[in-house]
Amino acid sequence: MQLSTKHLLGIKDLSPEDISLILDTATQFKEVLQRPVKKVPSLRDVTIVNLFYENSTRTRISFELAEKRLGADTINFSASASSVSKGETLLDTVNNILSMKVDMVVMRHSASGAPHFLAQHIPAAIVNAGDGINEHPTQALLDAFSIKEKTGSLEGKKIVLIGDIMHSRVALSNIYLLKKMGAEVMVAGPPTLIPKYIKEALDIKVEYNLKNALEWCDVANVLRIQLERQNQVLFSSLREYNLAYGVSKKLLDGLKKEIVIMHPGPINRGVEIDSDVADSKQSIILQQVENGVAVRMAVLYLLAGKRAI
Amino acid sequence: MRRLAHQLLENHLNLGNVVFIGLQPRGIQVSAKMVDMIRELCPNDPVHYGVLDITFYRDDVREELHLANKTDISFSIEGKIVILIDDVLYTGRTIRAALDALQDFGRPQKIELCVLVNRRFNRELPIQPDYCGKSIDTIISQKVKVEWDKEQVILY
Repeated sequence: MQLSTKHLLGIKDLSPEDISLILDTATQFKEVLQRPVKKVPSLRDVTIVNLFYENSTRTRISFELAEKRLGADTINFSASASSVSKGETLLDTVNNILSMKVDMVVMRHSASGAPHFLAQHIPAAIVNAGDGINEHPTQALLDAFSIKEKTGSLEGKKIVLIGDIMHSRVALSNIYLLKKMGAEVMVAGPPTLIPKYIKEALDIKVEYNLKNALEWCDVANVLRIQLERQNQVLFSSLREYNLAYGVSKKLLDGLKKEIVIMHPGPINRGVEIDSDVADSKQSIILQQVENGVAVRMAVLYLLAGKRAI
Repeated sequence: MRRLAHQLLENHLNLGNVVFIGLQPRGIQVSAKMVDMIRELCPNDPVHYGVLDITFYRDDVREELHLANKTDISFSIEGKIVILIDDVLYTGRTIRAALDALQDFGRPQKIELCVLVNRRFNRELPIQPDYCGKSIDTIISQKVKVEWDKEQVILY
């Protein structure tokens, strides 16, 4: 068995079998990460470039650790400290890097579809680490892995995505993935941050009242308010957003059951989520980060195995 | 198999210092059976048993994609005598990978190899078993199959 795609551009292109394969392989890598020597030599003949056109802490460190723990050689590239500022195009930059014998590209770009464009022009395998407001597949995979680890399975689980659905690539990847794996998905947030026809287009539930959404779900994935992508005023103030849609301890204590709280990071404490919730026992935010390395190792391992010799 | 178990016990009087590790996927049945026998023979001794998957240590990752199985070694192998158990020893490459993998778990005092069937020709690495159930001479085009329900080894 192997993946049906050569690249990981988005969850949209994956089959449920692909997703299960990645999650199962990640379980084995998670065990590797508990060993005294947290490293295997599977990809020691592979060179990977991390191409980051946008800032990142978690994803970048997580990918770099995953690559190193698979024994791969890595190069880091950030647009701000490179010839991109001299006007070099994306394709030229990548072709120059590839001519130095690089096998895989991990990329993040602020333009939606940038990795899809690249996939049509270069031979190397591409892993999308977030493109604009489109997809962030490895985040969705690690979210699914964490839900599975915490609750046992994805099938039939009720999962709500809260907040800035409009600008969130995490939300879109999560919706595709959870639907494919048989979970029930709801999005919740202010109407200005939820795309108008999302209910019909993606066949999911929409809720504008936070309390109702939390009452319905088993797992709540709280998303960051992406001020850098909002070029118009979509809510009056952060304080008002917090009052209406911030997940607070009081709100969670009022529910009939204990739900699982997730957040892809970085957290805006006191905006979409309160500090005491983010640091509570219900929250698996740091487990998500831990699982990220194992999931990314699985993705890189499975894609590298597809490469022809 | 019973003879192998007795041989293992003869050479290792103190089981507290010995760990048994079966190799995924096909060494599991042999090793589980062997460990059961040893537990039966020495009911009062602690018998440490783990399973090891060597997929990530293979030298042919890029030629064909292999999927990993579970690794479960819930004890330290530091300073212990490790007995690797597999069904068939052929090219020796699996054992090479297993030796690499074991290094990542610690530094054992000694590693020994116990196999059910030893295919004597076509070895590609200098690896020989310390205990072996049966030695057979085969050529590359022949296949060796261990059938458990009939408890026999078949040559094709």
